[in-house]
Amino acid sequence: MLSAWGMALLQALLYPALAPLLIGWVRKVKARLNNRRGASVLQPYRDLRKLLAKETRVAHTASPLFRLAPYVVFVATWLAAATVPLVARDLPTAQIADIIVLVGLLGLARFFLALAGMDVGTAFGGMGASREMMVSSLAEPAMLVAVFTLAMSAHSTSLSSVIGYHLADGFVVRPSYLFAFGALVLVALAESGRIPVDNPTTHLELTMIHEGMLLEYTGRHLALMELAAYLKLMLYGVLIANVFVPWGIGQAFAPAALALGLGAILLKLAVLGAALAVGETVVAKMRLFRAPAFLNLALLLALLGLLSHVILEVGA
Amino acid sequence: MSLTQLPLLEQFVLLQAALVLFLSFGLLSQTRLLAAIHAFAWQGALIAAVTLTVAIAGHAHHLYFSALLTLALKAMLIPWMLHRLVRRLALERHTETLSHPALVSMAAVALVIFSYWVVVPIVAEELTFTRNIVAVSLAVVLIGLLMLVARQQAVAQVLGFMSMENGLFLAAVSATAGMPLVVELGVAFDVLVAMVLFGVFFFQIRDSIDSLDVDRLNRLTETEEETP
Amino acid sequence: MSALILILLLPLAGALALAFVSSVRWAGWINLGVAALTLAAALWLGWTVAAHEVVAGLHFRVDAFNVYLVVLTAFVGLTTAIFSRPYMRHVCANARISPPGVRIYHSMYQTFMLTMLVALTTDNLGVLWVAVEGATLATVLLVSLYRTPEAVEAAWKYFILCGVGIALALFGTVLTYFAAQQVLADPTEGLTWSVLYADAAALDPTVMRIAFVFLLVGYGTKVGLVPMHQWLPDAHSEGPTPMSAVLSGLLLNVALYAVVRLKMLVDGSLAATDTPHLAGALLMGFGLISFLVAGLFLHRQRDIKRMFSYSSIEHMGLMTFAFGLGGPLATFGALLHMLVHSLTKSAIFITVGHAAHIAGTQSIDRIRGLIRTQPAVGWSLLLGVVAIAGFPPFGVFASEFLLLTATIQTQPWLSVALLGGLAVACAGLFRHVHPMVYGTPPEGQQPVEANMLPVMIHLGLVLWLGLAIPALLAGWLDRATGLIAGSHLL
Repeated sequence: MLSAWGMALLQALLYPALAPLLIGWVRKVKARLNNRRGASVLQPYRDLRKLLAKETRVAHTASPLFRLAPYVVFVATWLAAATVPLVARDLPTAQIADIIVLVGLLGLARFFLALAGMDVGTAFGGMGASREMMVSSLAEPAMLVAVFTLAMSAHSTSLSSVIGYHLADGFVVRPSYLFAFGALVLVALAESGRIPVDNPTTHLELTMIHEGMLLEYTGRHLALMELAAYLKLMLYGVLIANVFVPWGIGQAFAPAALALGLGAILLKLAVLGAALAVGETVVAKMRLFRAPAFLNLALLLALLGLLSHVILEVGA
Repeated sequence: MSLTQLPLLEQFVLLQAALVLFLSFGLLSQTRLLAAIHAFAWQGALIAAVTLTVAIAGHAHHLYFSALLTLALKAMLIPWMLHRLVRRLALERHTETLSHPALVSMAAVALVIFSYWVVVPIVAEELTFTRNIVAVSLAVVLIGLLMLVARQQAVAQVLGFMSMENGLFLAAVSATAGMPLVVELGVAFDVLVAMVLFGVFFFQIRDSIDSLDVDRLNRLTETEEETP
Repeated sequence: MSALILILLLPLAGALALAFVSSVRWAGWINLGVAALTLAAALWLGWTVAAHEVVAGLHFRVDAFNVYLVVLTAFVGLTTAIFSRPYMRHVCANARISPPGVRIYHSMYQTFMLTMLVALTTDNLGVLWVAVEGATLATVLLVSLYRTPEAVEAAWKYFILCGVGIALALFGTVLTYFAAQQVLADPTEGLTWSVLYADAAALDPTVMRIAFVFLLVGYGTKVGLVPMHQWLPDAHSEGPTPMSAVLSGLLLNVALYAVVRLKMLVDGSLAATDTPHLAGALLMGFGLISFLVAGLFLHRQRDIKRMFSYSSIEHMGLMTFAFGLGGPLATFGALLHMLVHSLTKSAIFITVGHAAHIAGTQSIDRIRGLIRTQPAVGWSLLLGVVAIAGFPPFGVFASEFLLLTATIQTQPWLSVALLGGLAVACAGLFRHVHPMVYGTPPEGQQPVEANMLPVMIHLGLVLWLGLAIPALLAGWLDRATGLIAGSHLL
């Protein structure tokens, strides 16, 4: 029997440990879909190790903020991830941090990322930062409305209560969950810089968003930034998987329940990752000007979820 | 009565109704005509599905016929006619530029809230599980109305008009478990005749202004001197 | 009962037969014959109702209120058919329409009559809806008959606006059916007006209140109430003149009839609540706004048919206001006004058809000196306008006087608005009509072959109604008043 805080700590450590694996898995599936053999699923770990070993250079126009940013971005993202139940539900972190804190921490990370992008003063950094802010300013309302929809069903903004409520109900067809799911998927794609909003594999200067801000980073700074991006993808994946398909998550801190929880989340993430890879293979990246329409759809879905919760599910 | 106490079949009715509403939004913002016609056909099919599910869940046998009628008319015949008209008018690749798409979507959201506000006193009555759908059906009607206002293309306007009728079918099913047969047939007949007439009008409009952009139909104003 | 069947079968048979007659000469005569037979059947029905109080059958029910409108509808249908015969021959001679156009025109004329009569005689709110929507569908092709861009635009506007309005009315009907299902022993009768009316007090007032708003907006679009009136001037001005006459004289009446029937239901339902006169207040509001706005718009018109269609909106507003006011006096006045307005307005539109024919245009600025070119047309237009503006000794004066009296009795302040509106509308009409009748005719303006018989009959009747209402008709209207207002006037 692990203590609750020990469990929370273990789970927080599991996130950075597993995040590169998820990325590797997505890349592997994508490669297979493109009829390539692709790199090993462990390649992201090797990339990170290589980057950590390399010399870290900083542009001479950079301010101290530039050096500080990777740590802030990584820590904020990591903290945000730690509040999302991974293998067990009833964590003490859920008591002190709810969905709004999660959105706030992600906002903090994004703020520093954008500042760092602009800090050196290159064109690409500024362009990437402005685009990132445009995307996120549109994605954040959608995300908030979507999580409020969930919170309204559960009468709580704490993620573990939402999951617990959903588990207690058993299988219920909720129109609002369907819409919120759609909205969160779209937001996740936009926020973690995946196709069709951003292309994670390109350095083609005119289309990049996330890469644009990282161009000046090297060595361990870059490693931290990359790991933060991996974490963010995994965070969204776990959020979607555990909120909408909570079955299997550990309800107690017993080893059997935890093992089941770990197996379940790995399976769910594998399925989600494969779905992401398929989606990215089938769909083309859209022009940046279309991104607002894409995110408007997310907001619309989220609003519809909220409305259908109020109209259809509450019952006058 | 909350959602969790409903049988699964009745939960599915709510889900289908929510999807009908979503398709209304889809229709509203879909700029390609053929895709919009398909969305409309799906909406009709979903309403037929709602009718069928209500019929099964509520053991209302006369609704089976109603579901069949809706499916034949709204999901097959009218979309097919529109499809054929669009091909004959060579509009398959027509895309419309919407002015203020986000504003229109938000207006539609406001209409959903408004319909809920209107309907709340009604659904407070004792009523079966379909009561919550009344608000959705009113919203579908009003969004169809919004589409008539927001769109300039004649075919898109007709889609808005027809989706209003979809909302009315949904209202009849959800509030009253179906209208009397004679009325239902009469309404279906009117809708069909209206569709035929719309087809005639597409050609008349095209002959008179060389386009189906009805915004260009602006000769009749209050005070302008009429051209001889 | 057999009269009722006959009255519906005749136009149906006429519509089917005329769909195959391309000869404008024959079609005109057949149309006229069917209309005459329909009027005969309507009179027979009127006589039956007078004897038996109510004639009812499956989904149909005729009482004093609607039988009077049935006779009026059949009558205006006949006189317009008389006018339509030479008119269509003239149109065909000018090659403005093709043989299929002739078939569509006559067939749709009878279909329109059928929908009007079904709407009036039915007892089922759903069938009422189907018939009123059917009237739009029947007339929309007639509005675009000439295929000019303006005509197509007017028809499209008419189609879309009325379609939207009527869709909202269907939503209201669904809500009414819903309210009925909660209280009726046999829920399948939930759309039968007479059953609903008998149980009106039990209908849930909250639902009926919302339903009535939808129904009023829906059928009010057809009545031409401001701000849903946009289709009306266009449809009247661009369609063939006989169409303007029946639209103005009949369709608007039938839509108003539907509104009044529904108001009776809602009044019954709301009687015990704290807002018993909500429906009446809504009607008064819409009616007064329509009345005043249309009166002002009269001044700005340049097309003669548009001008008179605004006059129709004005009068429909006045009637709506009067029905909203309630009470036997106002209701009697409104019923009388329905009658005289129908007769006068269709007479005016027929005259306007001849006037536009003489001048070759519908533009007010270019119609001049009618009284010199063709005194019969000039005098008819002048007398028609005198009648519609509410001058004694015509019947419109009598009905408007009754309405004003009723207003002064119950809402004295509103009579100021009414008087002002009447003065504004009167000024607007005469400002335009005076030069058309008395001005200098342009060079080479020739008289045309005109059949002024329908106009004479209509104006003669209106004059008669202004001087003395026959006891038979007065008793008839009084029974209708009793039905609507709950108490008799006489």
